Amino acid sequence: MEEGGDPHAELDRIMKTTQPSAIVIGAGFTGCALAYDLAQRGFAVTVVERGELASGTSGRTHGLLHSGARYCVTDAEAAIECIQENMILRRIAKQCIEYNGGYFVALDDADLGYAPAFFQGAQNCGIPVEEIDVQRALAAEPALNPKILAAYQVPDAAFDPLRLAMAFAASARQHGAKFNTFHDVVGFLRDGIGNICGVSAVNRHAGQPVDFRADITINATGAWAGKVAEMAGISVPVRPTPGVMVAYEKRVTQRVINRLCEPDDGDILLPQRRMAVIGTTSFEVEEADYIPVYPDQVKQMHQRAALLVPELENIKMRGAYMSARPLIGGLMSGRSLSRTFKCYDHQTDEEVNGLVTVTGGKATTCRVMAEKTADLVCQKLGWQRACETAQHPLADYHLYYS
Amino acid sequence: MTEQLWQVHFKVHRQRTGGKPYVRTFTLDVDPEEYILDAVERIWALHDRTLTYRHACHHSTCGACGMRVNGREKLTCITTISSVTQNGGTVRIDPLRNFPVVSDLVVDMGNFFLRMDRSGFNSVAPLAAACLPYEQPLTAENSIDHEPERLVDCIECGLCISVCPAANTDKEYVGPAVLASLHLMYVQNPTQEFIDQADHHTGLWRCHSAYECTEVCPSGVDPAWRIMDMRKKVMSDRIKSIFRPRSSEKKNAQPA
Ligand SMILES: Cc1cc2nc3c(=O)[nH]c(=O)nc-3n(C[C@H](O)[C@H](O)[C@H](O)COP(=O)(O)OP(=O)(O)OC[C@H]3O[C@@H](n4cnc5c(N)ncnc54)[C@H](O)[C@@H]3O)c2cc1C
Ligand code: SF4
Ligand code: FES
Repeated sequence: MEEGGDPHAELDRIMKTTQPSAIVIGAGFTGCALAYDLAQRGFAVTVVERGELASGTSGRTHGLLHSGARYCVTDAEAAIECIQENMILRRIAKQCIEYNGGYFVALDDADLGYAPAFFQGAQNCGIPVEEIDVQRALAAEPALNPKILAAYQVPDAAFDPLRLAMAFAASARQHGAKFNTFHDVVGFLRDGIGNICGVSAVNRHAGQPVDFRADITINATGAWAGKVAEMAGISVPVRPTPGVMVAYEKRVTQRVINRLCEPDDGDILLPQRRMAVIGTTSFEVEEADYIPVYPDQVKQMHQRAALLVPELENIKMRGAYMSARPLIGGLMSGRSLSRTFKCYDHQTDEEVNGLVTVTGGKATTCRVMAEKTADLVCQKLGWQRACETAQHPLADYHLYYS
Repeated sequence: MTEQLWQVHFKVHRQRTGGKPYVRTFTLDVDPEEYILDAVERIWALHDRTLTYRHACHHSTCGACGMRVNGREKLTCITTISSVTQNGGTVRIDPLRNFPVVSDLVVDMGNFFLRMDRSGFNSVAPLAAACLPYEQPLTAENSIDHEPERLVDCIECGLCISVCPAANTDKEYVGPAVLASLHLMYVQNPTQEFIDQADHHTGLWRCHSAYECTEVCPSGVDPAWRIMDMRKKVMSDRIKSIFRPRSSEKKNAQPA
């Protein structure tokens, strides 16, 4: 066909000069939500993920759609973000959330002592919180430890991790995003003046190298963000901070049961399908690719679970698993750090143009992390489109495969 | 968990897209109470970075980790090594059957997920409907503000399709999970639409009643019972329609 003769080619050419393009590395909650946000704002999005969707930390999350109450005393910023996003996700991701609310229960005097600060903190953060009479709480959740001294109700919920990621990915696909799972990013591409203009990857299905190019690349690799940034010679202070979860063969409550105390090991018991899942712990590792499940931590979880629901003492374990939080570095120990996320524009800090890193955060806050990151990306590229992800329900997760 | 480690030989199916399949053996020292998926992940992390496999939740809620372990369909994240072999033993790991293999242990779930979608499958249901109709429903007493709900049992792992002899001989057969989904949807909302989708030669009537699906299902869906129950509904519907005028026949259909 003659030059300029094909109207489709012409349209393609115009689109290329106007439509910005982005590569998202990593298809956990953050990457999938970001792919959706950027695609919805008109970007041509390419996702590059080394494994299956949600095969990093996201798939292995505890599965609590936080009300924020867990952090309302220690980290108001995280708590406020959680409650706002909790309300949004319940609307847009209803398809993969079992929403039965949650209780915070006091088991001893120390817990009771924490109650006033908790109640006040929750109210200050805008989290709907209600004290429930102990007898009423026990009637609603008969498996609870009968010795509980106080109970508070908050809008917690449980979600299905893979399906939540898939729902964001399906929505991204509906807006034209392309997902390359089983593609390992092994390096960055640079243009003539040293700016990052894409990534080189390996298609692991075929064992073939493949390059992807775009106007901007976003490193959304969670606990691996430091390793990936290193490939561009950049240091990102993220430390993998794993925790253990233990699943039981029986769903013992309908609500999420939290211990009324400062964030601690094994303080959350979550119902999911026919299971109950207790979590978690917190310690630091160097390498997040393989984290063994430590038997002593499993034992500890078992003890903590039985404190909340005594019958779990004798219920068979169904599974135990580990995953690593992407906690933002610093000198403080893991758990006391803020749970909110960080977004680095490597142009401002390291004068490397074309690369942004987003890491930290929680599953509950993945949508707003994506929104803020996409705002930054739009600003960098001079592209003016507003975020609409809070307004529309996500596409059915099955449509990831459409 | 035990302190003593076992030495186990993992014989793993390998295959590049479009390439010839072969088997590679990895010998690992393992805690016998570790799960098969942990061993597979360790092989990838420490021995062979080219190995591909699917996984996400590691606690039987996502359905991604289905494989054949010593020839039997297993959810590998909850299958302990000690349940399939012994110290010094061998564990064979293969991809699911009746799905296209993309590479190594990764199968293409696309067609299956789209069939589930067409069946109307909903992941969340009111608590009573989420359980099997013949079970004592797990209800919450004195529910405070609304009827409790939960994620339903089918995790779309495809084990039932891999094990099904009918799915093996007929690629058009929608398979146990899709029929179980239609039954679940019908129980919640008894409309003709679900019956019509199931009442088909590539649906309810392709099943040979092998019951392998129920045997292998890791999540308590009981697809075989659901298929039989759905057949009963179709049959009683047909019988009733002989005695009833056509227009009203299906409106009053009741769930079991
Ligand atoms: C124990 C534990 C319990 C938790 N519980 C909860 C909870 O109950 N509720 C809640 O809201 N949050 C919870 N979180 C937090 C939440 O799970 C994480 O914040 C979230 O999953 C992070 O998502 P992500 O997409 O940023 O990272 P990830 O899901 O880890 O995604 C990063 C992706 O990048 C990919 N990747 C890495 N390197 C490369 C490469 N070179 N090339 C291509 N791809 C690459 C990885 O494969 C991975 O899929 C929990 C975290 C932990 C550790
Ligand atoms: S019916 Fe059972 S075996 Fe079949 S896909 Fe669903 S959970 Fe898996
Ligand atoms: S990894 Fe999710 S079911 Fe096994």
